[in-house]
Amino acid sequence: MSSTPSSSLHLAVALDGTGWHPASWREPAARPRELFTAAYWADLVTEAERGLLDFVTIEDGLGPQSSHFLDADERTDQVRGRLDAVLIASRVAPLTRHIGLVPTVVSTHTEPFHISKAIATLDYVSNGRAGLRVQITARPNEADHFGRRTIPRIDAYDSPAAREVVTDLFDEAADHVEVVRRLWDSWEDDAEIRDAATGRFIDRDKLHYIDFEGRHFSVKGPSITPRPPQGQPIVSALAHDTVPYRLVARAADVGYVTPYDVDEARALVARIRAEQNAAGRAAEPLHVFGDLVVFLDDDPAAATARRERLDALAGQPYTSDALIFTGTAPQLADLLQDLHGAGLSGFRLRPAVAGHDLPAITRGLVPELQRRGVYRRAYEAGTLRGLLGLARPANRYAATATA
Amino acid sequence: MSKPLKQIHLAAHFPGVNNTTVWSDPKAGSHIEFSSFVHFARTAERAKFDFLFLAEGLRLREQGGQIYDLDVVGRPDTFTVLAALAAVTEHLGLTGTINSTFNEPYEVARQFASLDHLSGGRSAWNVVTSWDAFTGENFRRGGFLPQEERYSRAKEFLATAHELFDSWHGDEILADRETGTFLRDAKAGAFVHTGQHFDIHGQFNVPRSPQGRPVIFQAGDSEEGREFAASSADAIFSRYAALEAGRAFYQDVKSRLAKYGRGHDQLLILPAASFVLGDTDDEAQELAKEVRRAQVSGATALKHLEFVWNRDLSAYDPEGPLPDVDPVVSEEHISRGRAQVRMYRDPLATAREWRELAAANKWSIRDLVIETGNRQNFIGSPATVARTINDFVQADASDGFILVPHITPGGLDVFADQVVPLLQEQGVFRTEYEGRTLRDHLGLAHPDQIGDDRRAAS
Ligand SMILES: Cc1cc2nc3c(=O)[nH]c(=O)nc-3n(C[C@H](O)[C@H](O)[C@H](O)COP(=O)(O)O)c2cc1C
Repeated sequence: MSSTPSSSLHLAVALDGTGWHPASWREPAARPRELFTAAYWADLVTEAERGLLDFVTIEDGLGPQSSHFLDADERTDQVRGRLDAVLIASRVAPLTRHIGLVPTVVSTHTEPFHISKAIATLDYVSNGRAGLRVQITARPNEADHFGRRTIPRIDAYDSPAAREVVTDLFDEAADHVEVVRRLWDSWEDDAEIRDAATGRFIDRDKLHYIDFEGRHFSVKGPSITPRPPQGQPIVSALAHDTVPYRLVARAADVGYVTPYDVDEARALVARIRAEQNAAGRAAEPLHVFGDLVVFLDDDPAAATARRERLDALAGQPYTSDALIFTGTAPQLADLLQDLHGAGLSGFRLRPAVAGHDLPAITRGLVPELQRRGVYRRAYEAGTLRGLLGLARPANRYAATATA
Repeated sequence: MSKPLKQIHLAAHFPGVNNTTVWSDPKAGSHIEFSSFVHFARTAERAKFDFLFLAEGLRLREQGGQIYDLDVVGRPDTFTVLAALAAVTEHLGLTGTINSTFNEPYEVARQFASLDHLSGGRSAWNVVTSWDAFTGENFRRGGFLPQEERYSRAKEFLATAHELFDSWHGDEILADRETGTFLRDAKAGAFVHTGQHFDIHGQFNVPRSPQGRPVIFQAGDSEEGREFAASSADAIFSRYAALEAGRAFYQDVKSRLAKYGRGHDQLLILPAASFVLGDTDDEAQELAKEVRRAQVSGATALKHLEFVWNRDLSAYDPEGPLPDVDPVVSEEHISRGRAQVRMYRDPLATAREWRELAAANKWSIRDLVIETGNRQNFIGSPATVARTINDFVQADASDGFILVPHITPGGLDVFADQVVPLLQEQGVFRTEYEGRTLRDHLGLAHPDQIGDDRRAAS
């Protein structure tokens, strides 16, 4: 029996250090000294699972966090340092049973071959709950950590020169995802035959070279790891502009957008659907999630006061690419329902203070949404694809092989 | 007065991609499902082993231009499995083989430092070089690294990773809510490395981990490999698990330590070893024969012969005599993606020698491969195996063994249940973990205590 009404919306949380507000680590509920322990992450993810959330994303980066867009800073008053997101996800996978695990992967400096097998393996260790959130980096200092390419300096994301650089990095990200996906399909599901009669462990006709040739890399394949339980783990990406919308439309299962109101949400969804049509993917399910930063308290004044207190500690008002919501669970539920009505199928909430706003989501917002009949009361599927209502895809190579 | 007994180190190698594993045995389980890894790791931890070990190969092997299909094919990602195993074990060390050719220091150092944090100080890195253009076809770098640069890149890769690990000292995170100081030092993690292979600088973004640095293993046997180990590794994963060869290797490598200013105990020698146990020695010998025949089918025997002959031998009868044609000597090899290929440096001489052996013993192709191929190291009753292992270690043929069972994942159980207690009775193996980190288990000092002698020496 499904306990989920068809109008149900989806919820994810974005985990990043002690929370998204730069002064969040100074809150009583924060555990800043434990950021580099497994227990800290296990507690957050189990809390999210207690709230029946679809999945968590885990932020990452190939350099220290910074208050500047494109450069390192010299600040000592904010959280700096983080663990590898794929490893955090793997470490918590055996401690959870239902929630999806979606670590951030930086396509600019990593090998798609390694990423493909890492996420496939995350899918094995979590029994079908893996995804990835692909991200580019245009930071010259991060390129310097690898030393194998230079990324032209840009001053802001909206100049023509910046557009060229970013387009290039997103093209590479699209190739990266394409390689990762082909590698996931490079083994057919029943390739392992263990045929004692002929002595063959695998049927090699069910393994496929992917022969990808692109501008930044070429990859032969097949993967060393068999096709993961979900077939294709979830691919997701955050998008703010045409080029990344195109990546979402072409390559993702879930796109995160940052509308400020219902009209903008409707417009963004339309743009992504148009790109999806253009990419010939109109028939495929593609979730568009809204990203929101949240300060959640029992009364609106408390939330506002908390935000102001944190801003004062930080020495400046917090700004974000996403809408910053400050208020109560019923108010947030109203907003989410409105945005849902505008075509967003779910939300990725960014807790301003992980130790405070995550439990406020799971213990305040979720029950509120359940009362309204728009949120699940129990996990209804065993895999992340299942939770998101996505079928297990056929293997692209199996189709061509039998044709 | 007799010397105090050496304490034995034991580790468990999750069976990988080769014909050691008898996948056709009804008791054989999955090589991929996480439940197999959990079973294996828990057995190793129950037996108080030092660590679990994973090998790596980054491209599927081929023979005659086709994917090799007779052995286990496929394995999961090393870091991901080890991080997940950290959740289901408390003490067991977690050793991953990670290639220095198809990775970059910043990323690998982050992954190992993260694994060390997430496991509470149990990570180890087996640095391998295994360069070939064939594997390179899966990576951005491609197959373009000339062979002679393998160890020079590996050395510099490891030195660079150490610079990254050491770029945090361990006291930088204050997280002082009152003063609003998270970091003591804005430059935490700053590094500059300029060298032949890497020219990188910036800030490492993982704070110092419980072990400071992962334990470093090395697994190459050449002159360069041995020097690399003597200068830079904490342990060697070697292939010499037989008494005399083991002693010679042990002596050779340990004698190289002095010139790097390192003590005899700063490098452990841990060969890979297999075992077959029976209630009696005779029963174990019988079982060992069955295992060998299961490991080497007729088809497998022909393929193994092809490694030396370097030509298609599928027309030959594996139960018949050796081919009368000679091996093809060529740069191009019928088998790709196998480290062992280098073992056959003079195929014509090997073929001659094998024909003589086969003729003298009336061996078929399959008999020959069974007799000359990978040997089981420890065969016998639990008492015999325990005694032999201890004798080898006390005779300085090794400091312990990395055991590779032939059944996945249950092949370690009988060793844990029957051999380990005997070693414990003899007082040569721990009955409880004494520390929490892998360095503790291996008796290795924390890098902060040994200072920077390693880098100073290189
Ligand atoms: C016992 C042993 C185990 C090895 N395991 C691996 C492995 O899992 N993955 C890999 O890529 N190379 C492995 N190697 C290969 C070595 O790292 C090295 O590349 C190879 O032995 C050639 O170097 P050499 O000429 O110094 O022996 C192993 C070597 C030895 C001796």
